[in-house]
Amino acid sequence: MMLLENIRLALTGLRANKMRALLTMLGIIIGIASVIAIMTVGNSLTVELNNEFASMGASNIEVLITRKINEEDISTDGMIYTESYRDRRPTDDDYITEEMIQAYIEAYEDKVYAIAAYESVTSAQVKQGNLYANVNIQGVNLGQLYTDKTEIMAGRVFSDRELNDSGKVCLVSDKFVNNMYDGNLEEAIGQSVPVEIAGKSYSFVIVGVYEYEQNSYSFETVSEKDLYTPMLIPIRSAKAITHTNNYPQFSVVGQTGVDVNSFMTETQNFFNKYYERNKDFEVMAYSMSSYLEEMNDMVKTMTLAIAVIAGIALLVGGIGVMNIMLVSITERTREIGTRKALGAPNSSIRMQFIVESIVICLIGGIIGMLLGILMGYGGVKLIQSTAFEVSVKSVLISIGFSMGIGVFFGYYPANKAAKMDPIEALRYE
Amino acid sequence: MEDNKKQIINMRGIVKRFYIGTPNELTVLKGIDLDVYEGEFVAVVGASGSGKSTLMNIIGSLDRPTEGSYILDDIDISKAKDSELSGIRNKKIGFVFQTYNLIAKTNAIKNIEVPMLYAGMSLRERNKRAEELLALVGMEDRMHHLPEELSGGQKQRVAIARAMANDPAIILADEPTGALDSSTGRMVMDIFHKLHKEQGKTIILITHSPELAEECERIITIKDGEITGQRKGKGVSES
Repeated sequence: MMLLENIRLALTGLRANKMRALLTMLGIIIGIASVIAIMTVGNSLTVELNNEFASMGASNIEVLITRKINEEDISTDGMIYTESYRDRRPTDDDYITEEMIQAYIEAYEDKVYAIAAYESVTSAQVKQGNLYANVNIQGVNLGQLYTDKTEIMAGRVFSDRELNDSGKVCLVSDKFVNNMYDGNLEEAIGQSVPVEIAGKSYSFVIVGVYEYEQNSYSFETVSEKDLYTPMLIPIRSAKAITHTNNYPQFSVVGQTGVDVNSFMTETQNFFNKYYERNKDFEVMAYSMSSYLEEMNDMVKTMTLAIAVIAGIALLVGGIGVMNIMLVSITERTREIGTRKALGAPNSSIRMQFIVESIVICLIGGIIGMLLGILMGYGGVKLIQSTAFEVSVKSVLISIGFSMGIGVFFGYYPANKAAKMDPIEALRYE
Repeated sequence: MEDNKKQIINMRGIVKRFYIGTPNELTVLKGIDLDVYEGEFVAVVGASGSGKSTLMNIIGSLDRPTEGSYILDDIDISKAKDSELSGIRNKKIGFVFQTYNLIAKTNAIKNIEVPMLYAGMSLRERNKRAEELLALVGMEDRMHHLPEELSGGQKQRVAIARAMANDPAIILADEPTGALDSSTGRMVMDIFHKLHKEQGKTIILITHSPELAEECERIITIKDGEITGQRKGKGVSES
């Protein structure tokens, strides 16, 4: 009842003094707008980052062989020199065997979706008559094709038999087909590709053509004709060429819903059981997602830091509100005296001015919020982020905060008004 | 004097001192005894500096006496707490000021509603009562006018209506015609007479004008903080 009356009173007062009201609110508007804008940009950046990482397979667990750090590696100055003269390089025997991987898959059947492994062989030039194409020969398994999001345009991927029996088959890129078969995908399927690797001749039959996607992080300067594109062969075929059996590294694709961080530790512990007796090497598992978390934290911290600076504008705005409230109370001393004579208890007077202060701040807060969202949108467009996420939390916080400012900076003037002596106030000229 | 009528104001030995305990301690009221009965129309006259404003503040419960007892409508004001005084002012006293003191940017009807608001009346009740009161002072056609759109006389009529809002025990009018020309002043005085006669209101008029004082039933003269004379005025009711 009284509250509604007080709000009405405050609005009437604001309408009567529009210019002053606007100037008073300006500090709050600027403060809230900048906080919201910064939070919006920060939030959008985080979402963008997460999307980007997700497309890069951030939730995959990378498993690789790493050097054990022994006591004697820590030098007297406290530094760790891993590449010291007595270090030996890891050999095939130190790498992870297929048996280990098999045991791992069986142990974590419900958590492992796929294992992605590859083996780089070499770069080569395929020649037929006066036609040529540059290739990077790489051994892959189906998991690797999955994590690379390889799109098959024609033909098929490797069959289980080809994968198990080191089949002499390959997948080539559409660019390769452009160079060799004038872009005719169907004609390419079934063709033999002769390559020379380390002085020996090999021949692979094309079973499929995939769409080559230029890495968005590298800028190729060579012409499309001279471009090196991967020629994918079954991983065992590649290992037969490189005379290796084991895996220095591979990635684990987890099932959806698996907690990557804990699974990462489990994975590392699982493989290290096999490395207890290896003096020099052990297995390390890591995931981009832990880096992602770090980056998210960093963006969050930075956003917060800038928002706090912007919050200073809010503080200044609040002081402006307090200043104007003090002026307003002095101007209205007679009104306060009259109200008191008419029977207003001190609490009513205090409430009247606190409500007035809250109303000023809240209106400023709402205008600032809308302006901030708009500015945030502009900012997001400026950094060319595709994501635009208004932080609902920041909107709620800033509305609450502006009301808080109203109470905090309104209390002192309101209390001053409440404590006025009615006789003095009535006599005030 | 009027034993059959209820005593509204009972003051005994009212002393008011300012700057107590300092070298310039000032005794403004030096032992006032005052009785006002229900339905009386009393004038308090005195030169400026006589202490009549201080007496008015004490009668109006804006201030408490330093010494003495003051009972207003059976309530002991001299013992009331600050928080109680606002309630007493709200329900027992209707103030009419020389400078009207209407609340700016607030129309006539809303101004009249202010005391009712603090008394916790509902919006509908307030509205109804405020309209009645505006009609009583002949201002019903200026209901939605802002104070700045009203003449001095009109403002004072709204102020009188406001003073009547919570049907107070006394109307305390401090130089109500002081800022008005004689014809509008006359009109305002006529309203007081009307309220006195028709509604039986107890009215205390503080003035320095002997002519206005003569219109009242009883004239109390105050000088140097003491009541120096009480006599009947021409406005003695026939009853």
